Amino acid sequence: MGHGFSTLLYKEVLRFWKVGSQTVAAPVLTSLLYLLIFSHVLEAHVKVHGVSYTAFLVPGLVMMSVLQNAFANSSSSLIQSKVTGNIVFVLLPPISYLEFFLAYVLASVVRGLVVGAGVLLATFWFAPLTFVEPVWILVFALMGGTILGSLGVIAGIWAEKFDQLAAFQNFLIMPLTFLSGVFYSINSLPPFWQQVSHWNPVFYMIDGFRHGFFGVSDASPWLSLSVVGGCLVLLTLFTLNLLKRGYKLRA
Amino acid sequence: MSAAIRIQQVSKCFGSTKALDKVDLEVEPGEFFGLLGPNGAGKTTLISALAGLVRADSGSLSVMGHDVQSDYRAARRHLGVVPQELVFDPFFTVRESLKIQSGYFGIGDNDRWIDEILENLGLTSKANANMRMLSGGMKRRVLVAQALVHRPPVIVLDEPTAGVDVELRQTLWAFIRRLNEAGHTIVLTTHYLEEAESLCGRIAMLQSGRIVALDTTARLLRRFSTHTLRLRSRDEMPADLVRGAAQSGGWWSMPFDAFDEVEPLLARIRAAGCRIDDLEIGKPDLEEVFIRVMQGQAEASVN
Repeated sequence: MGHGFSTLLYKEVLRFWKVGSQTVAAPVLTSLLYLLIFSHVLEAHVKVHGVSYTAFLVPGLVMMSVLQNAFANSSSSLIQSKVTGNIVFVLLPPISYLEFFLAYVLASVVRGLVVGAGVLLATFWFAPLTFVEPVWILVFALMGGTILGSLGVIAGIWAEKFDQLAAFQNFLIMPLTFLSGVFYSINSLPPFWQQVSHWNPVFYMIDGFRHGFFGVSDASPWLSLSVVGGCLVLLTLFTLNLLKRGYKLRA
Repeated sequence: MSAAIRIQQVSKCFGSTKALDKVDLEVEPGEFFGLLGPNGAGKTTLISALAGLVRADSGSLSVMGHDVQSDYRAARRHLGVVPQELVFDPFFTVRESLKIQSGYFGIGDNDRWIDEILENLGLTSKANANMRMLSGGMKRRVLVAQALVHRPPVIVLDEPTAGVDVELRQTLWAFIRRLNEAGHTIVLTTHYLEEAESLCGRIAMLQSGRIVALDTTARLLRRFSTHTLRLRSRDEMPADLVRGAAQSGGWWSMPFDAFDEVEPLLARIRAAGCRIDDLEIGKPDLEEVFIRVMQGQAEASVN
């Protein structure tokens, strides 16, 4: 990887960092609000996997933040650059499609992890958390961030206007993340919805991530690893193919 | 030595529109080259194909001998493009934009050259201003600066003076001229034909995706445009004198090739007893060439 890659990565990180109140502080606050409201309503009534509801909720919120912000970073950066036209600044230099991909996705992962860490710090005080198998935490955070970062690249390249990107976000990313077991264990769902949830790859990201905290989860972390790993490989190949062909970027 | 730019049989369609139709063009190193044509003629598409922003359907393009597809890294390192649209990244200051652009081209420490560009474009005082805060003219200067961070031997400017004030035009052209004198190849598109006439050694005219004229500026002017003697007289002009001349609004326009034709002409007018109320001599200009070439093409395509 050359200097072009590291500069593009640096620029992408600097971009979100410069508007940190919007890209980091705001999602942390949103997660904190979710926690306050849901734990207020449910703490006394629900226990999941033998842990308190608030403790159960925290890893879910952290991972949801990682995923949503990873997606938001690459997709919003690309759509803004395309709409304003400054995308030419990265298309004119000798940057390969692989460098382009890695820089945008890695910056997305960084944003996801920064926000995730922020949510963890902000919510940590509300519930006793354990870190039983921290390797899983790291593995799923990285893989989930990469997948959503890739999806963000796809959406950012595909969308021509902000409302198209918003549709991608509202009708695909939001349902996938909200219906993935962030707020509940899917074992508490009716059988039909349990089945549906098993087709949602985000469920495995959240579940595997949560396994790292408590050592228990709805699915085996190895199953989650293979599903998430499979998605990662497929999406990476798909995105790289789009970029190689210059889809919507190099007409 | 390979050509600065070599374009061979390049075609590009957007849907059913032929943006480029088998374009052949070669620009030698060190040239100051003008690419002219009406809106939609394909100038920007040609530049985009050269820059790798658009992929040609067929044909090949190279910059300093490097194919823009198979050897794109070298081709792009040798090419600096000033885009037509006034684009900028609102997140960064002028200096940050230039440092980042340098990094994209693999240049880590570029401060001295960046300072020099800023100085030459009158941007030094704006170096730490955010891009959003700059006026249109200043943003245009930054676009030029961004195209130069990697010292490209070939510089393409796509309508760099559209909507730009006189001062910036002069600063810009003085700087671009210096770069050209230092050996950089310059390719320019503009709608200001007097700019092209005074700057460009050679000119290509594009219409509907095809090159319809390609020659040195001097030869184009000679071929398609002449000197004109224009005069106004309250008296009846002798018929043999005004044969071949055009009349409009009391003015007679008489084309001539060499200046020593003017004196005998005036002498004959005087001998015929005509008093001259007003008189001027028009030089050949590119605007006339442009109009003739474009009309000629329009007629040719009708026939």
